[in-house]
Amino acid sequence: MTNTIYDITHESDAIMLVGSNPEEAHPVIGMQVRQAVARGAKLIVVDPRDIDLSKKATIHLKLRPGTNVAFANGLMHIFIEEGLVDQKFIEERTENFEAMKEMVKDYTPEKVAEICQIDADQLREAARIYATANRAPIMYCLGVTEHHTGTEGVMSLSNVAMMVGKIGRPGCGVNPIRGQNNVQGACDMGASPNQFTGYQNIAAPGIVEKFEEAWGVKLNHEIGTKATDCFPKMISGDIKGLLIFGEDPVRTDPNTHHVIKALESLDFFVVDELFMTETAKLADVILPGRSYAEKEGTFTNTERRVQRVRKAVEIAGETRPDTWIFTEIMNRMGYPQPHLTPAQIMDEIASVTPSFAGISHERLDSEEVGGKGLQWPCISKDHPGTPIMHVGKFARGLGYFRPAAYKPSAELPDEEYPLLMMTGRILYHYNACAMTDKTEGINEIAGSSFIELNTADANALGILDGELVSVSSRRGTIQAEARVSGKTNKGECWMPFHYLEGSCNWLTSDALDGISSTPEYKVCAVKVAKAE
Amino acid sequence: MIHLTIDGIPVEVEKGTTILQAAKQAGITIPTLCYIEDLLPDGSCRMCVVEVTNNGRSKIDTACTLQVSEGDEVQTMSEKVIDSRKKTLDLLLSDHNVHCFSCEANGDCKLQDLCFEYGLEETSYEGEMTSLPKDESNKFFSYDPSLCILCHRCVNTCTEIVGRAAIDTMERGFQSVIGAAPEKVWAEGTCESCGNCVQACPTGALSMKRRKKYRAYQVDKVVRTTCPHCATGCQMDLIVKDGKIVDVKGADGPSNRGLLCVKGRSGSFDFVDHKTRIRHPLIKNKETGEFEQATWDEALDLVASKFSEIKTNYGGDALAGFACSRSTNEDIYMLQKMVRAAFGSNNTDNCARV
Amino acid sequence: MKITSIEALKQHRKKVQEAVNAYTCRILVCSGNGCMATGAQKIYDELSRLTADMMQVEVEMQKDLPHVGTLKTGCQGICEYGPLVRIEPYDYQYVKVQVEDCKEIIEETVKNGRPVTRLFHKDGEEVYEHPMDIPFLKKQTRIVLENCGNIDAESIDEYIAAGGFSALAKAIGEMTPEEVVDEVDKSGLRGRGGGGFPAGRKWKQVLRQEEKERYIVCNGDEGDPGAFMDGSVMEGDPYKLIEGMLIAGYAVSAENGYIYVRAEYPLSVKRLKHAMAQLEEYGLLGENILGSGFNFHLHLNRGAGAFVCGEGSALTASIEGKRGMPRVKPPRTVEKGLWEKPTVLNNVETYANVPKIILKGADWFRTIGTEGSPGTKTFSITGAIANTGLIEVPMGTTLREIIYDIGGGLKGDAKFKGVQIGGPSGGCLVDKHLDQPLDFDSVKKFNAIMGSGGLVVMDENTCMVEVARFFMGFTQRESCGKCGPCRIGTKRMLEILEKIVDGKGRMEDLDKLKETADFVRARSLCGLGKSAPLPVISTLDTFRDEYIEHIQEKKCRAHVCKALKNYVIDPDKCKGCTKCARNCPVNAISGNKKEAHVIDTAKCIKCGNCMNNCSFDAISIQ
Repeated sequence: MTNTIYDITHESDAIMLVGSNPEEAHPVIGMQVRQAVARGAKLIVVDPRDIDLSKKATIHLKLRPGTNVAFANGLMHIFIEEGLVDQKFIEERTENFEAMKEMVKDYTPEKVAEICQIDADQLREAARIYATANRAPIMYCLGVTEHHTGTEGVMSLSNVAMMVGKIGRPGCGVNPIRGQNNVQGACDMGASPNQFTGYQNIAAPGIVEKFEEAWGVKLNHEIGTKATDCFPKMISGDIKGLLIFGEDPVRTDPNTHHVIKALESLDFFVVDELFMTETAKLADVILPGRSYAEKEGTFTNTERRVQRVRKAVEIAGETRPDTWIFTEIMNRMGYPQPHLTPAQIMDEIASVTPSFAGISHERLDSEEVGGKGLQWPCISKDHPGTPIMHVGKFARGLGYFRPAAYKPSAELPDEEYPLLMMTGRILYHYNACAMTDKTEGINEIAGSSFIELNTADANALGILDGELVSVSSRRGTIQAEARVSGKTNKGECWMPFHYLEGSCNWLTSDALDGISSTPEYKVCAVKVAKAE
Repeated sequence: MIHLTIDGIPVEVEKGTTILQAAKQAGITIPTLCYIEDLLPDGSCRMCVVEVTNNGRSKIDTACTLQVSEGDEVQTMSEKVIDSRKKTLDLLLSDHNVHCFSCEANGDCKLQDLCFEYGLEETSYEGEMTSLPKDESNKFFSYDPSLCILCHRCVNTCTEIVGRAAIDTMERGFQSVIGAAPEKVWAEGTCESCGNCVQACPTGALSMKRRKKYRAYQVDKVVRTTCPHCATGCQMDLIVKDGKIVDVKGADGPSNRGLLCVKGRSGSFDFVDHKTRIRHPLIKNKETGEFEQATWDEALDLVASKFSEIKTNYGGDALAGFACSRSTNEDIYMLQKMVRAAFGSNNTDNCARV
Repeated sequence: MKITSIEALKQHRKKVQEAVNAYTCRILVCSGNGCMATGAQKIYDELSRLTADMMQVEVEMQKDLPHVGTLKTGCQGICEYGPLVRIEPYDYQYVKVQVEDCKEIIEETVKNGRPVTRLFHKDGEEVYEHPMDIPFLKKQTRIVLENCGNIDAESIDEYIAAGGFSALAKAIGEMTPEEVVDEVDKSGLRGRGGGGFPAGRKWKQVLRQEEKERYIVCNGDEGDPGAFMDGSVMEGDPYKLIEGMLIAGYAVSAENGYIYVRAEYPLSVKRLKHAMAQLEEYGLLGENILGSGFNFHLHLNRGAGAFVCGEGSALTASIEGKRGMPRVKPPRTVEKGLWEKPTVLNNVETYANVPKIILKGADWFRTIGTEGSPGTKTFSITGAIANTGLIEVPMGTTLREIIYDIGGGLKGDAKFKGVQIGGPSGGCLVDKHLDQPLDFDSVKKFNAIMGSGGLVVMDENTCMVEVARFFMGFTQRESCGKCGPCRIGTKRMLEILEKIVDGKGRMEDLDKLKETADFVRARSLCGLGKSAPLPVISTLDTFRDEYIEHIQEKKCRAHVCKALKNYVIDPDKCKGCTKCARNCPVNAISGNKKEAHVIDTAKCIKCGNCMNNCSFDAISIQ
């Protein structure tokens, strides 16, 4: 996020929520969005489903999944056409505006309305509300990123914000509401094939050398392979050994058949896990690590805020801190890594990462920080952290308009698979529910999978609300309970991705985003029939 | 700026400040039951009364609603004030089931604390007590009308802060009770089970069902940490008794301001010491396909030798290591360091994409 | 048809006045709540049927206007004598009219102009032909109720003919909003809903707010038992109320108004809806009213029968669709009322006073009533009084004038004991208050409130402890439950009162009762709670001896409290006929034939059968 949760929900006049259902996926943010609406902020919901917040919205654009780029281009077309652009901001803070203008020229509201299957006047109204509000953030989530054009979707939203100067100020910005508790941290910490900590590019001059010096070892200079691209390489034999730390790709990655085949092709497969997950079952060795409540450390939330995790208990058995496990493997493979405490590790992170230079456990625990965490960039021990990014100047200098044309989703419904299926999260569970399904009450409330079908589609198929149906795609077939309503548009359906029984990832497409290799979880073609 | 004195202490505050806020500034605590900071005062509990004298005229009014005037002389503990608070407590107690021994909130109850502070051992009234049955319909908490003092903190929390408005005061007069429309049953409304209402309750009326397992004074330690579910980064307190996490409470973090959701409050600790946890290193027996318990040395040596072998034969690029987006920064840093420094590979990634 | 300018309104008035004058005879059937309850609908139907033919005969002569009109009016005031029928132009007031009388009325009066003398109101020798001869009406000053009973409550044209909307036209056409507010302020009009807060000051405060979106709200949630003043205005002259609200809307630049009517007033709802539809049709509600650019939309809300919704903040919460619960102030309603916007909140009677003030001026208004409380006040008088009904008198009228001159004294010439003023939240006025002029300030001094003006007259057969218990039972049920003093305090007071009327009271209960009453009065959050103990406080003050009798002597002097009634047989009068013993449902009476009988008080359930059946007057209550 460029801004903080507090300022975008408490200091905004309008909120544009794109492909995000915070009431279920990020409930405490959802609560604050509801507060914002109660306070009088206008809400624009851009979502193919009737999420609960759409009832509170000034405008709900129930667009066709996978058409975000067209929608964003349409907004910008209206900004230009109706003179809503922030000329001063564009001149002083950005570049490449003319190319952007050229790109959106053809995206008339009527054309966009046709692509997105929405009302052109409502699109105009949404554009006006967002552009004319003094302070208005864009909040988005996986509904934007989990497409094969996801990165372009994100860039398009940045273009939208820049064009009306809604960036670098409180109550504004472009704010991805990120998924897992520490997905921000995982990216920050250099668990990427092309970047070290703090987004230091392997390809950039001097970076690998800097780490070679810090770590006292020769490093591989070649950019590595992204996780989603690793699976084909396992099947082809290019990757033979794998260690997975706490992930369950069998459950969470698209096209489950393909994932299992890849993992079974490995010579040696190690998992560091808490539970016997579907992925762990395929391992050669399982190393029992520790949960968040059994160790010290930090998480970085979606606001780039580094906050402490503290040890509360130790459980019976032979579990070990994960840092201990990795240190042991390093030593046993010949790299002399001393055992460090989490606080010492953070000091090491700070020493090699400019944006983390001012962060330490000591400081996070201090009265100065007062339990509020530190938001990176935090470049020195006396730097207060950065609640709002791009104030006065973008990280790269001038904000760059990156025009993107609308491209349809990779797999669209056809005669054989006539329904477009989306996937998402529900309030009560987290991802593969390795953690949440250990709570009885939660399973009692939300214990099994379902598929939301549009009433007209269900009627045509003779399916009643509550009936068991089978859902098939080109990649597999599963069963789930039908929930029939008008929540999705005709021709579209939706499934939660949490459940082992009826897991939708047997169906999802492994088409990847051209830039980030994020799978297109949000759009695949399926057919639905009454279960035999 | 307005100038006044509170218990003789001179205070200078902005116009529009309430006496309660001014007292807080002066470091004076005025007792409240219904007050929630940041919200318009509910004004219903009548505990926060103070005596205010100005221009020779004195009145008793609630500090949460009364705005300061120039020259106010406020007494927070005058005889009349104490008398009024005692009478307020007396009436509340006359409709409160005083079975503190079996109450989960014993020792953690604001009504109990205030009665103790004001020397009220029992009510002076006879008469009927609310006898409505306990509502156990919610999976995680229960509502006992016989313990409810109708301070509406739960309703105001649910409506104004959580923004859900799942509950409200139902019925009228002495029959008033908190519940969800249409039939008062908690779980039949739009409740999301986030439990922020329970955390707001000053008595045992709203109580997490897990509270049966511990008493407030049996807690060994309270550990401030960050919720392990989504990326909001809610701050919360793990309540530990006898080496086990028995409860979770929302803490005042910058992104959550005391709130938690159902996952954070009720789905973030049962798994920690769950019976299905893997507690020993396991090595798969190639013959049987079954996992067998191993020592750390056996497991780690096997891992190191196998990976070294692949590295030697095929180069570092034949190895990969994926990090967990749910683990700590320190863990992830060490994992990618392991992949880079020991595996000799840049094939490291996290589940940000999936 | 739209009336799009002030001139057009004048033209229309001329037209409808001609039409009204063209009637050779108008039959005005009272259709106030009281008369409707005694069968006015049937009378109206019958008279309509009988006059239907007569209309057709005259069609040619008066275009589409009937020669004889049968109309439903609002309350004609003397509810005690309903159903009421007035005949114009003769100004005959018929009382207690029955269906059988209708034919005679038509034949004699309508066709021939002759009175039906037997239908006139009589008091002893005195016969009253005209309404204004009747003392009950003669001694009143009718401003708010001026049209009530005189015009068709469902005809906007009749209202216009009677001068309706000329005040609105004056305000819009000749005055600035500030001038309107000033005029109301100068008039000294005080809110008729209870507290008596000056209406003009309220309007001024709203006018002063920075927020430009404002609301006009009318409190028509008249909840006091026995009160029907506001209901009568809404039923009898809904147009006057709406005109008052329109003027208020113009004065404070509000574009929306809400009338909140209690659920128990279906007729008010019906008449208001009807009136609103007519105003909309005429363009007197909506956009650009009378071509002035002033817009005003009116909305009708029905309460759910909660007494507390008479309290301002509970009422606005209820309109917003929330639970009707008072909130603390500040902010006040004038700053943040309905939908958090500045709001003028007055009751029905207050708005109904406004048109006349605008038309005749503040100075004229000040000539009526007292210095501190100018104008008139409507009261509903009920209870142990000869003439129950709806009255309007100048502020400052004494209780004696109301009860004896207008109300005709107590029923059956019983002895006056007290009058409950201001409903369940009010207090009790007694002998010593009879000659005190009544206005907002004086009533407050007597530990009571004016309320909306309900007067329940009590005679010696009223037990004051039971009265306190009755009202406490009411407020206890109606407490919204928000604050402890009211929710629990009223319950505890009720329980003590129940104990006392049950003969189980102790002397120390009186101290507890007083202590609790004082606390609830001082510490409750809203007006309902603060005034709920008033009946207890005022009866404890004035009738303490009755409380003590209940406790110490186990005696209720009014013989009302069942548990304290003791039936005894006078052995001297008893003839031993056994009738009482045979009629006793629990066999509590024993005795041999022809010998004096005895009642076993332990068995007696105090049903009173024995006394009612005794032929020798031998049984009495002690």
